[in-house]
Amino acid sequence: MPQTSEHIERHTLSVLVDNEPGVLARVIGLFSGRGYNIDSLTVSEVSQEGHLSRITIVTAGTPMVIEQIKNQLDRLVPVHRVRDLTAEATSLERELAMVKVRGVGEARVEALRLAEAFRARVIDATRESFVFEITGKSDKIDQFAYLMETVGLVEVARTGVVAISRGPQAM
Amino acid sequence: MTKEMTGAEMVIQAFLDQGVEHIFGYPGGAVLPIYDALFHNNAIEHILVRHEQAAAHAAEGYARSSGKVGVLLVTSGPGATNAVTGLADALMDSIPLVCISGQVATHLIGNDAFQECDTVGITRPCTKHNYLVRDVNDLARVLHEAFYVAQNGRPGPVVVDIPKDVQFATGTYIGRDNIQHKTYRPKLDAEAEKIAAAVDLIASAKKPIFYTGGGVINSGPEASRLLREFARLTGVPVTSTLMGLGAFPAANRQWLGMLGMHGTYEANLAMHDCDVMVCIGARFDDRITGRLDAFSPGSTKIHIDIDPSSINKNVKVDLPIVGDCGRVLGALVDAWKGRGLKIDQGALDAWWGQIDRWRGRNCLAYRYSDTIIKPQYAIQRLYEATKDKDVYITTEVGQHQMWAAQFFHFEEPNRWLTSGGLGTMGYGLPAAIGAQKAHPGSLVVDIAGEASIQMNMQEMSTAVQFDLPVKVFILNNKYMGMVRQWQELLHGGRYSHSYSETLPDFVKLAEAYGGVGIRCDKPGDLDAAIQEMINVRKPVIFDCIVDQQENCFPMIPSGRAHNEMLLSDSAEDLDSAITDEGKMLV
Repeated sequence: MPQTSEHIERHTLSVLVDNEPGVLARVIGLFSGRGYNIDSLTVSEVSQEGHLSRITIVTAGTPMVIEQIKNQLDRLVPVHRVRDLTAEATSLERELAMVKVRGVGEARVEALRLAEAFRARVIDATRESFVFEITGKSDKIDQFAYLMETVGLVEVARTGVVAISRGPQAM
Repeated sequence: MTKEMTGAEMVIQAFLDQGVEHIFGYPGGAVLPIYDALFHNNAIEHILVRHEQAAAHAAEGYARSSGKVGVLLVTSGPGATNAVTGLADALMDSIPLVCISGQVATHLIGNDAFQECDTVGITRPCTKHNYLVRDVNDLARVLHEAFYVAQNGRPGPVVVDIPKDVQFATGTYIGRDNIQHKTYRPKLDAEAEKIAAAVDLIASAKKPIFYTGGGVINSGPEASRLLREFARLTGVPVTSTLMGLGAFPAANRQWLGMLGMHGTYEANLAMHDCDVMVCIGARFDDRITGRLDAFSPGSTKIHIDIDPSSINKNVKVDLPIVGDCGRVLGALVDAWKGRGLKIDQGALDAWWGQIDRWRGRNCLAYRYSDTIIKPQYAIQRLYEATKDKDVYITTEVGQHQMWAAQFFHFEEPNRWLTSGGLGTMGYGLPAAIGAQKAHPGSLVVDIAGEASIQMNMQEMSTAVQFDLPVKVFILNNKYMGMVRQWQELLHGGRYSHSYSETLPDFVKLAEAYGGVGIRCDKPGDLDAAIQEMINVRKPVIFDCIVDQQENCFPMIPSGRAHNEMLLSDSAEDLDSAITDEGKMLV
């Protein structure tokens, strides 16, 4: 690709696919085979009767590469639709994380205070640990996890980004 | 039509419903039920190859020469993995294939059973689509979908992997008319405003060029006819990729020859200097563009392609038109005629004047010898001897392939079968077998090299068994010629492992297979020997001993631009015919 001087953009793509065996492998294989980036990927069935799954991919590349990615995804046979949610100004993105923190005394109180500030919920507790559930944009979760490091962060599990457009229309 | 039958019978029934007459295959444990169903059938002829790679290439040759879908049948494990090269080849060159592979029984999948491999996993990146059928009641739908996907949109290979228990199981068969694909609907027609914009650009051009590719051939004979008509109406010069040869007649004055790495001087310089480029069914491959940032820097580019992912992949174009080449060409012709458009004749004459000066350079010239056969001369004589016949040419990959593309001239589409994208040595003989099966009365010649031919030499046995009188015309220079050429030009003449040691005696080898062997090493004997080859109604290996040192020119070295071509030192240097501006480009 000669356009290396072009700037790299991050895009969130929604891909509606037939929920059939191997469809995720096709999508992932396309990214690895053609050297595209995957920053985040989520997939789940969204229509049982229609056997449809929705894949949300966060990827990065030059505008020409992003266009390529969309076209390459669109030509996979089980793909119904590809939508670039970043190209449309009004879309919503959320990620869920579970954050495990270990500590006693003041650190434990501080963890709870921070969780309240971030509107994270306690979903598990022992005398020396908490598991928080937090939802929000990825950078909010990054920030929460970063702050928890000072009070005893043990581990984080994140879902990756899901996204949807604003307004009444489907993708 | 719905009917109860076994999975194996469904495969045969689906072939019949899809109009399949010939299949190429090789039996094995996991496809025995299908072979058993085939045993009771007389409508479909099975051609037994000697290696599954050849089944795929034969199906490609069959498809490419006939416009139909090529079909192959292979067993699980090694049967499927052997076919992979042919599938990848068909994907790169957009050839419609349906490959039926046997698989171990469903309850054994994942257990490392005998002759098990993850066929859908292995073939996923080298097919257009693939299926593993776990339920016999899905099988008929999948089979019909496979044929639909293989030939619609940008054609390509489709694998249907069928476990052995599914082949034995009984289920409901449904006919092809009851099937509609859920998602796959390629866009065929272009928007009217894009057609209008395209003809406006072409009409306002001073130095236009049509750069055509395999898409024109894949679109069917009507696309080639429309290309000719549009070229005639506009007067625009036409060049083509390796895959597109024959879509435009080589005898036409508007034909510039092939472009790209071993394309003609006039085609490449016209591409470099043009002001409006119309790319029709080609994909700006690296063999075509050379150095990308120096590729046709001053031109406005129109790109017609059925595959949206081909557009803006390598080269940013100004007017993308997604659609079938034939349909879009039809719309362009209608718009051009309807509006009575015309290119500025003065500018077009000046452009042709420039092109004629480039042509005057005679870039394909070589030094004739009367003691040793020059490979170019051999192709020229073969062409002269066969041009008035009903001839199909296949090739292997290497120097001989490029010389064939340069010196054999095609007037019609579907006559030239070569491995372009993947560059598969060993393609030519099985492809010739496939083409001969599709056209039993025609002359089919595999222009080969002595190295490539040994990659699928075993198929001589197939040709003899099925009475397919293909001609293997070997340009024998005792080297992997293209490798040797690159080593000479780029690696200081260190010919690392490119010499063909201990070659077989090809004449005896042909006889051992039950064919006919002919050897020729003198230019004076060549015409008679070629005539002898043509007259034999049997498979022939023609061992044409040629100059070992000859290199294939012109050549754009990798990473260089169109105007940095290397020409043969024997190309006529017609100084006076080239302007100062032209000299700058040499």
